[in-house]
Amino acid sequence: MSKKLLDVKNLFVNVDEKEILHGVDLSVGKGETHVLMGPNGTGKSTLGYALVGNPRYTVTGGEIWFNEENITGTPVYERARKGMFLSFQNPLEVPGITLSAFIRSALEQRTGGRIRLWDFKKELAKTMELLQMDPSYAERDLNVGFSGGEKKKAEILQMLMLKPSLAILDETDSGLDVDAVRTVSKGIEAYQKTCDGSLLIITHSTRILESLHVDYTHIMVDGKIVRTGDGSLVDEVNSEGFAGYEKDAQ
Amino acid sequence: MKEKSQVEDIDRSIYDIKDESKDSFKLQAGLTPEIVEKISKEKNDPVWMQNFRLQSLQIYNEMKVPDWGPSIEGLDMDNIVTYVRPNTGMKGKWSEVPKDIKDTFERLGIPKAERESLAGVGAQYDSELVYHNVREEVAAQGVVYTDMESALRGEYADMVQKHFMKLVKPNDHKFAALHGAVWSGGSFVYVPKGVSVTIPLQSYFRLNAPGAGQFEHTLIIVEEGAYLHFIEGCSAPKYNVANLHAGCVELFVGKNAKLRYSTIENWSKNMYNLNTKRAIVEEGGTIEWVSGSFGSHVSYLYPMSILKGKGSRMEFTGITFAGKGQNLDTGAKVVHAAPDTSSYMNTRSISKDGGISTFRSSVVVTKDAEKAKSSVSCQSLMLDSVSRSDTIPAMDIRCRSANVGHEAQIGRISDEAVFYLMSRGMSEEDARALIVSGFADNVSKELPLEYAVEMNNLIRLEMKGSIG
Repeated sequence: MSKKLLDVKNLFVNVDEKEILHGVDLSVGKGETHVLMGPNGTGKSTLGYALVGNPRYTVTGGEIWFNEENITGTPVYERARKGMFLSFQNPLEVPGITLSAFIRSALEQRTGGRIRLWDFKKELAKTMELLQMDPSYAERDLNVGFSGGEKKKAEILQMLMLKPSLAILDETDSGLDVDAVRTVSKGIEAYQKTCDGSLLIITHSTRILESLHVDYTHIMVDGKIVRTGDGSLVDEVNSEGFAGYEKDAQ
Repeated sequence: MKEKSQVEDIDRSIYDIKDESKDSFKLQAGLTPEIVEKISKEKNDPVWMQNFRLQSLQIYNEMKVPDWGPSIEGLDMDNIVTYVRPNTGMKGKWSEVPKDIKDTFERLGIPKAERESLAGVGAQYDSELVYHNVREEVAAQGVVYTDMESALRGEYADMVQKHFMKLVKPNDHKFAALHGAVWSGGSFVYVPKGVSVTIPLQSYFRLNAPGAGQFEHTLIIVEEGAYLHFIEGCSAPKYNVANLHAGCVELFVGKNAKLRYSTIENWSKNMYNLNTKRAIVEEGGTIEWVSGSFGSHVSYLYPMSILKGKGSRMEFTGITFAGKGQNLDTGAKVVHAAPDTSSYMNTRSISKDGGISTFRSSVVVTKDAEKAKSSVSCQSLMLDSVSRSDTIPAMDIRCRSANVGHEAQIGRISDEAVFYLMSRGMSEEDARALIVSGFADNVSKELPLEYAVEMNNLIRLEMKGSIG
């Protein structure tokens, strides 16, 4: 059996004193792509935030293991340095630092050494081209005045530059037009191939998955994973919807 | 967030090094006609100035201390020494400035700044300017940059007499009267018609003597179509007794001329900063203020612009950072007195560790100011729950066609933004410092690069602290 990169064991999570996750088990192996689906408000994003360590999300039971290390109590920035990445559903605007300077500084935090500016600029330009981003965005303040689509692309850009071992994509396809979905999807594919990275894709639509290879699909209903299957489960959800699983959960 | 940054007081060590007091002449504390006469005599004032001082003193004695704003009870005027002359005359060569004074300015980076990026520099130590220099090519264009005392007696004596405290009159308020009575030092700048000074001029004010007051006077006249950027920096070491800064800045901006006046004020936290700054702008002229207030115990500072000529403009960009024990009352005032005038104020204030920052704005549009436009925007950031931030706008609009807007926002650092930055591997401290310097971006973008860097360092120092 391959070594597990991420191992979530019977995880219970509270947000503002209210229990959202009621015992989630999930294992992600190296290089695997997992999809987490389910109706709105069932706790998918909560799981994403809890995995990267948002302090608003309190773990009340269970454990999170990453690279065979128990990280349940590890602060968010250390998890990032260990190779976890979350692509935000609503990336925040931060004036005062450019996208380029931010990625470079994050990269230096992650590797603990200085990055040669020339190499960095070259790779950044190449990656932005892949994502069809205007090069001028590199020198604009982080997400400030970016359109919804550009913000999402900027998240994928950060992922490709930081090369995490696990990337959690939270509704990355929401609010994107068809072309943008295709571009973002190409970026994710590049991450699968070049970084041999693991993915947990949180979504409630399937557009982004069309051209991606998926190893496992999980259906979450009411704070629990109610069904796990291979990539074909996506097609089942596509034609049947979630109604059947919701009934099962009750 | 579970963890909170413990935000420490700023490391002011380079500003706090005190020099031994070796003044050649120091008046006794307190204020009487005899003391004012002594200052006048010591400074070899012309007769009109001697009388002006005595009249101002009389006004000072008759006026009441302002009954609004932060308390200035800690300021005992009978204990403030109004005049301290350093043990040197004015020098035109840096090498001739006495070593201890030179060391102080070297530590603050003044001569370095001059070598690298300035057209001229004046350095004031306690009550008198000790150093003044202006680049030859700038002087050759007819630009005058000198200390006020030389200006009073030299070629431009009439011009000085015509403008001195005409914009800020001694009866404006009690501390303007005090200034009129005991002013000393400061700069006189004259930029002739059509001359554009492409590199900034700078003045640096340093108050070293304990329990003293600094009352420098800055008078700048920019003639028709000319351009100048003037930078003013201030600092003082910390003593246990109160120090007072009651300077006065008068700016005359000619037709179609443009003046940018930048200040980075970092007085020590025992300073009462009661400063008055005012500009009057002729037709088509522009005044731009860039103002960073970091130091002092109590500040009252509201640069005022009088838009006298048609189509004249003002822009004010400011930041105030109030830490522990600081009560900083800052803002800006504008009077639209002619048609098509426009004003734009954009300020940020930050308070932490129980600091109080108050933003006051005043917009007056007279009945003649047809189609005047004014926009005021103020954002405040409180870094903890013991700090305080207030916004007090005042508007007096007497013209129907005026277009006036005001917008204020008070907030805290968003935990979501901190989390976003931390999710990329940044420590909480770095994430918070980054957000605060981003918040101060409006000012740092307006400053020359080296000053923007200094300001960002100042913010980083303010934000630095252990996480626990």
